[in-house]
Amino acid sequence: MATQDETDMGIPLPEGASDMIETDYTIGQDNIETQIGPFGLDIHNPVFLISGLSVVIFVLYALIAPNQAAEFFGWLRPALTSTFDGFFLTAANIFVIFCLLLIVSPYGSVRLGGADATPDYGYLGWFAMLFAAGMGIGLMFFGVLEPAYYFGTPWGDEPLGAVRPFAEDGTLIAANVDEAKRMALAATSYHWALHPWAIYAVVALALALFSYNKGLPLSIRSAFYPILGERVWGWWGHVIDIVAVFATLFGLATSLGLGAQQANAGLEFVYGIPSSVTAQVVLIVLITLLALISVIRGLDGGVKVLSEINMVLAIGLLLFVLFTAGAVGIFTDFFATLMAYGQEILPLSNPIGRSDDGYREGWTAFYWAWWISWSPFVGMFIARVSRGRTVREFLTCVLIIPSLVCIFWMTVFGGTAINDMIANVDVSAVKANVIDSYSPELSLFAMLESLPLASITSTLGIVLVIVFFVTSSDSGSLVIDTITAGGKIDAPVPQRVFWCTFEGLVAIALLIGGGLGSLQAMVISTGLPFTIVLLLMCFAIFRGLQSELRA
Amino acid sequence: MYRKIVVPIDLAHADRMEGAITMAADLAKLYGATVCYLGATTPTPSSVAHSPEEYKEKLAAFALKEAQAHGQDVTTHMILSHDPTATLDDDLVKAVDEMDADLVVMATHVPHIGDRIWASNGGNLARRTKASVCLVRAPA
Repeated sequence: MATQDETDMGIPLPEGASDMIETDYTIGQDNIETQIGPFGLDIHNPVFLISGLSVVIFVLYALIAPNQAAEFFGWLRPALTSTFDGFFLTAANIFVIFCLLLIVSPYGSVRLGGADATPDYGYLGWFAMLFAAGMGIGLMFFGVLEPAYYFGTPWGDEPLGAVRPFAEDGTLIAANVDEAKRMALAATSYHWALHPWAIYAVVALALALFSYNKGLPLSIRSAFYPILGERVWGWWGHVIDIVAVFATLFGLATSLGLGAQQANAGLEFVYGIPSSVTAQVVLIVLITLLALISVIRGLDGGVKVLSEINMVLAIGLLLFVLFTAGAVGIFTDFFATLMAYGQEILPLSNPIGRSDDGYREGWTAFYWAWWISWSPFVGMFIARVSRGRTVREFLTCVLIIPSLVCIFWMTVFGGTAINDMIANVDVSAVKANVIDSYSPELSLFAMLESLPLASITSTLGIVLVIVFFVTSSDSGSLVIDTITAGGKIDAPVPQRVFWCTFEGLVAIALLIGGGLGSLQAMVISTGLPFTIVLLLMCFAIFRGLQSELRA
Repeated sequence: MYRKIVVPIDLAHADRMEGAITMAADLAKLYGATVCYLGATTPTPSSVAHSPEEYKEKLAAFALKEAQAHGQDVTTHMILSHDPTATLDDDLVKAVDEMDADLVVMATHVPHIGDRIWASNGGNLARRTKASVCLVRAPA
């Protein structure tokens, strides 16, 4: 009796050589698979339960002892970023150098998913998901704020001690303007280009390699197999996965809560809808509902579609600002910023002998801790959609191209804002809301006000902020669902519904009870232990690629 | 009466498939129909296989074993899904249509209240394809 194959659906068939890791562990062997009422469950024991319970405990702590929590985490986060700023800066430099070296090394030719694997997603959908998961919301929030802040800060946060463009009485010092603008855009680009994407790329590459090429479950612990061996299936691995779930869930929930406040402030600025807790809860519920629809529709029908819609809207806004603010001038600025980035990247990333503490500790180390605390989530999501690319292609597309896009975005939004501050120094809404009184959530809308059709573009801005939250929330829920199902991506629907809803509830509880700020500080504090984790991952990737090349 | 019988197979729960497999083999003999086992997997490693390639081999091996047991030729067809939790229903419909099957014999669970909200995979197939659908309950 013979069998024959009928497969004809464009499925990536023989995947070619790859060097599988031989382990006795079967994916799902620690899972509890059961039926509670009508709901099927397939959860990892004990990662699911401990993650869920520890989130509840920390929410209760923040609600019961809000002052203590605020005081402790309010102290912890800046204490870490100012004490370990040199460590953060050095580690991030290592990630960039590691990724750049891999691109040009022979290891770059290793293909994720085996020598003959074909990509699951086309470039467009892939890029859309890269941005939507990890950075989109930050681009909306900081695109105007950060360059404008560095340009005009009167608080001593100027990068590398750059010259100030404003005199004490608020008048412009013409001689300093160009240099201040150049440094503001270079310093912003430094935070949004190679370094953050290298952080994401390291995690994503580690997970993709150990999952697609080595056959280990798609879970953070798998990247530690070369270091911990079979111990990753025990408590070592449980702790790694639990911390990753914890950081992801709180990172998403606190951003969602704070984001709702910002979106509300935007609505007040544009439409005069007063800021209130009720309005913010409505926003969180709306975002969570949209994210729920998206996770139920799944990766292809929900997350990818929403990411693509978002990308089209963001490109629309970008082009509008580009052309109404003067495309020729901005393109000139873009090349100038690229040059400045190239010139200043070494001094900016140098960890020793600097005196710009406000910038280096308050911004750079804060950003690095922030990106790193998000890296389990974003890295795992990137890994999930990156099968079939070579390491070289993967790193070029996750490192170089997003860096260029981010620098361009920052030049368009930040450059326009700075030009407005220079041209209308007395009436500039950007200057009023960033420098004269610090209202960061209004900076984008203040910049849009200086351009035509402000009511339309501001509305588009608010829609983009909301949808970027949805695309972070849905991809984050899928990541948490996968980790808490022991690396299975086919866990029953109620589980992803649970995590998505849980995230919204945590955000609402912290919004009403207070504690958003302190728990976000806690999440960013997890950046320190994760930095060590990421450094170990670089070693694991190297070992993994070595054995892959031999295969 | 039937030309082509499709049997969706869940390799993670192969023990629950026996009823459907036996019935499909008997019906195939009765009507002179061909039998195809339909399996779905993910690009990421799963409890069944570490790669789509390995899954394909396991499905073929499973089919060969059953074919020998029932004295009946069996072909296989693999569905690769990024997110089976969300898209398995659609993937099954698409595969059954593409293969132009006229009978689906599949293992199913005892109905429960959840089926009122989300129809079972079998119910969904019956509603959305031209094929007849025969649901075979696994022994309790």
